[in-house]
Amino acid sequence: MSMIEFKDVQKYYGDFHALHDVNLKIDAGETVVLIGPSGSGKSTLIRTINGLEEIEEGQLLVDGFDLHDPKTDINKIRKNVGMVFQHFNLYNNKTVLENIMLAPRLVLHRDEAENKRIAMELLEQVGLADKANSMPAALSGGQKQRVAIARSLAMKPKALLFDEPTSALDPEMIGDVLDVMRDIARDSDMTLLVVTHEMSFAKAVADRVIFMADGRILEDSSTEAFFENPTEPRAKKFLSQVEHH
Amino acid sequence: MSLFEQNFSVFLQGFGHTLLASIFALVGSLILGTIFAIMQVTNSRTARSIGNIYVQVFRNIPLLIITLFFYLAVAKVIKMTGFTAGTIALTLYTSAFIAESVRAGILSIEAGQMEGARANGLTFGQAMRVIILPQAFKVAIPSLGNQFINLVKNSSILAFVGGLDLMYQGNIVAANSFDTFTTYIIIGLFYLVITLPLSYYIQHLEHKLKKNA
Ligand SMILES: Nc1ncnc2c1ncn2[C@@H]1O[C@H](COP(=O)(O)OP(=O)(O)OP(=O)(O)O)[C@@H](O)[C@H]1O
Ligand SMILES: [Mg+2]
Repeated sequence: MSMIEFKDVQKYYGDFHALHDVNLKIDAGETVVLIGPSGSGKSTLIRTINGLEEIEEGQLLVDGFDLHDPKTDINKIRKNVGMVFQHFNLYNNKTVLENIMLAPRLVLHRDEAENKRIAMELLEQVGLADKANSMPAALSGGQKQRVAIARSLAMKPKALLFDEPTSALDPEMIGDVLDVMRDIARDSDMTLLVVTHEMSFAKAVADRVIFMADGRILEDSSTEAFFENPTEPRAKKFLSQVEHH
Repeated sequence: MSLFEQNFSVFLQGFGHTLLASIFALVGSLILGTIFAIMQVTNSRTARSIGNIYVQVFRNIPLLIITLFFYLAVAKVIKMTGFTAGTIALTLYTSAFIAESVRAGILSIEAGQMEGARANGLTFGQAMRVIILPQAFKVAIPSLGNQFINLVKNSSILAFVGGLDLMYQGNIVAANSFDTFTTYIIIGLFYLVITLPLSYYIQHLEHKLKKNA
């Protein structure tokens, strides 16, 4: 069954046509990497999936809900679709533990003891159990991002969206975050959509790669096919650029 | 000092009314101001317009006019004392300034805080209450402090509508004793009894929050 489905989706920022005729189907449990040059619409596309950006035309089905239908309760979708941001967006006024426990408490009404147990387990999983009572400001970028991942996982989502989760990190922090993501891809049956420039990560974990430019999906292939033999000239050019720096 | 002793109970009554009006108006304007600040940052165009109009109206009309409006016009429909009319006017007037302070505080919080919260499943209201407002108030504290101190001083508007406050009692004592100078010195000192501790408390909060940040 498909978890995310775009049908002839158009998105505009004023007069600017940001998403052009997007058609895309992602099945439950798939791990898909989305790449493309800066300004190609990757963030825009991923942000429409949890309603942070609205679409103007077409149909966007997420977990069975149509996002373009005004009757759809966006919060129902967000319960099941987590997002990890480039700049973490941790709650600056809450401890690490509270960051993770807040949404399960307010949105899912999870029992407090259970909530804490799950949060601590997740902190363990991302290697930050000792930071439970720290404030976000006291963490490094890589630690913040791992907390943000734990915060998303605490909702036990069906799908998780990553928008350049390592782009704001110092090089030595990137590995830890990618390791956590790799484990999630391997051990969970969540649907993952990852915008990234980390090609080795894409090769290692993605089932599929999608290449975007100028608001259009130009290529949608299996990971192997994409890296061995990209059909689209712009994808070829993009690959040679990112792999040589 | 015999003027002070002779009129002590009158001063005290004035002080009580000023203090009471200040507390009501402080709490009321903080609540109203926060509501109108939130209205101004929502996605709803209607809510934004209402918030905007409210703030512009009450911020740009002299407090005395608002007070007289309630005392002379509204009081014809709904019976109220000068004290009540003055306190309501003071609350509405101050709430417009508080809305501006709180709105500036909210806008100073990076958009990622709201986005993170919404993506995490929180409603707009939950995100505001638990994540945005606590951070916004921290930013707004110095400016809110100024508004509160202005509010206490502005409460002297009650004297114009028989509000029984410090200024009102002071006017009476001054008229009866002919010692205008001493009377208003005493009145001024009574205002300081409220405003000085308030100033110190705000400064203390500011320092405390700076240390935690
Ligand atoms: N809120 C907005 N208002 C107007 N234009 C926008 C807005 N957000 C994005 N755009 C424009 O839409 C296009 C796609 O932007 P988007 O952020 O989706 O690109 P991206 O592929 O994520 O780029 P990057 O790799 O730099 O993050 C860009 O031209 C951008 O300028
Ligand atoms: Mg982007």
